[in-house]
Amino acid sequence: MTAMQAVFLLLGLVTFISAVMVVVSPQLIHAGLWLVLTLAGVAGLFVLLEAPFLAVVQVVIYIGAIAILIIFAIMLTRRMLRDEGRQLNSLWAGALVVTLILYAVLVFLILQEPSLAAASQPIQAESSVLLADLGRALVDVDRFILPFEVASVLLLAALIGAIYVARPMMAGEDRERQE
Amino acid sequence: MIPLSWYLILAAGLFTIGLFGVLARRNAVAILMSIELMLNAVILNLVAFWRYGQPVDISGQVFAIIVFAVAASEAAVGLALILSIYRRRSTVAAEDINMLKW
Amino acid sequence: MGFDFNNPFGSITELLTSLLINLGLPQPLVSVILAVVGAGILAGVTLTTAGVFNIWLERKIGARFQDRLGPNRVGPFGLFQGIADAIKLTLKEDITPTGADKVVFNVAPLLAVMSVVGLWAVVPFAPQLIGADLNVGVLYVVAIGGVGTLSVIMAGWSSNNKYALLGALRTVAMLISFEIPMVLVLLVPTMLAGSMGMVAIVNGQDVWFLLLAPVAAFVFFVSSLAEVGRTPFDLIEAESEIVAGYNIEYSGMKFGMFMVAEFFHSFTIGALFTVLFLGGWRGPGSETYPILGLVYFVAKTFFMYFIVMWIRYTFPRVRIDQMMALNWKFLTPLALVVVMATAVVDKLALSQGWPRTPVHLALNGTLVLLTLGLMQAYARALRRRVEGMRQPEAGEIAGAAVGPGS
Repeated sequence: MTAMQAVFLLLGLVTFISAVMVVVSPQLIHAGLWLVLTLAGVAGLFVLLEAPFLAVVQVVIYIGAIAILIIFAIMLTRRMLRDEGRQLNSLWAGALVVTLILYAVLVFLILQEPSLAAASQPIQAESSVLLADLGRALVDVDRFILPFEVASVLLLAALIGAIYVARPMMAGEDRERQE
Repeated sequence: MIPLSWYLILAAGLFTIGLFGVLARRNAVAILMSIELMLNAVILNLVAFWRYGQPVDISGQVFAIIVFAVAASEAAVGLALILSIYRRRSTVAAEDINMLKW
Repeated sequence: MGFDFNNPFGSITELLTSLLINLGLPQPLVSVILAVVGAGILAGVTLTTAGVFNIWLERKIGARFQDRLGPNRVGPFGLFQGIADAIKLTLKEDITPTGADKVVFNVAPLLAVMSVVGLWAVVPFAPQLIGADLNVGVLYVVAIGGVGTLSVIMAGWSSNNKYALLGALRTVAMLISFEIPMVLVLLVPTMLAGSMGMVAIVNGQDVWFLLLAPVAAFVFFVSSLAEVGRTPFDLIEAESEIVAGYNIEYSGMKFGMFMVAEFFHSFTIGALFTVLFLGGWRGPGSETYPILGLVYFVAKTFFMYFIVMWIRYTFPRVRIDQMMALNWKFLTPLALVVVMATAVVDKLALSQGWPRTPVHLALNGTLVLLTLGLMQAYARALRRRVEGMRQPEAGEIAGAAVGPGS
């Protein structure tokens, strides 16, 4: 058991258990905080995969923005300070069976494929060179400028859409809509 | 000496846990949290394949970054929709939002 | 082996590694243990000494600004005042409000302190004297700032108190708003140095970036002040605003942790500003005697901390809507324009072979003049609008004031 394997097992265990707690927690805000721990675990796994830029981007975007947004939404959509009622709907038993079968099939398929059991080869380039290449790849005309620009337009559309959808209705509009 | 299969099994586990959350939770925000879990599993998969495949070819990380952008925009719009529904119907339980069901 | 003063962390690590390997532990376990112990000692030592020292410094200098003496009883010049404060807070009763969520309530102050101490991992004190030389250091700073935001929500929500929750929501709105100009403007030193690593940014400052990008430095300084919650942006902790905000239900050492985190955070942004814009450890002679770089770094950081305190004791507090207007209508557009203009001008200067400093200074001068001109025009239009509204009511107001008074 090398040190890297031990670190991977620790991070993997933390991520897995937090994910289960996200889905099972009776109180919604606890689920939100467990989600934060899951996202932090995944960021640690990115560091283990020698992608430090993605790890930091994960923390900035997911934990620093999306998780906070989700926690805000949880706080704004409850009528009292406590959560009430059941958290799982009536189909949960069937869902559990389906997901367990799916997981078993996926694990079986992964373990079948022999090339997936190989260890990683050391990267032939320095990480700073890779980072600079990442920046260049995103704006290079022959490479990924089109997905980059499309993602920017998507973010702009999402921004405008979210602002419009979540806008509180003005008094006149409310009357108009009821006519 | 971590084989690729370990990362894939972990990502598959996260994906199926998220799937269970989407199928079995009542609260719409909880469903959205489970969707974020699934997206995280996907990104983990992508980065693992990047690292164990051709790490000098940076396309794997670019793909992952685009998925980050898509996940962020989807979370924003989804939560805006949930807030709007809450203002209208005073509920976010998925089974109560059923006006389009026949 | 000799103790290399130019690489103190490296020499200590080698010493301890050889010691532990002689005891029979395997090499990877030794490196993991040393990493954890080193991080713990670095974080613990810096936090306690610097945090305690900062409390004394803050009170002494604040007192001098206000023409009084400050603490001078507890030790020579009151130096042990911070320790006295820490002991007092430890001995206070630790109250957890009923209905509070115990785990979240207790973890929130820990996260607040963690987010601040984690920032010091990427700060280069001297050449080779750095915790971890990440090549994404600048983005790491932003990421850890986001974790601090999370601790505020946890504190506000778990207190089972409507006012704490309201204060926390307002604080988080302010924090995430001011993150945007900060992140945008952090691109400017990155572009000028060609890398996101802190060491590379310090190495690229033959001319301080403060001279190459003063507008970016100003925007970064103002956003950092807001991120820390320092005056003029300290409505999140003022007693007259929502009963002192998200940490009102905290008592004893947990409140002490919030307080230490805040003081230490202001010191940390002084350090970050020094690294990013004031040349870090660079100064006359720091190449030949690297340990001199540490002296320069500490001097510059304390100077920036002095400026932060100076601003605190000079400016009045800003209202929340004024603050949001400042961020969204002034800082964010300014940050966007600075980033785009600096990118274009830097590329032009490199390709045409112009000297860097005068070109960037000219660009920033133009931006400052443009901004001031726009602000003047906006103020003039606003004044005209207000006076236009006031004219017809002047006669009525005068008549109404005279009537009941006489």
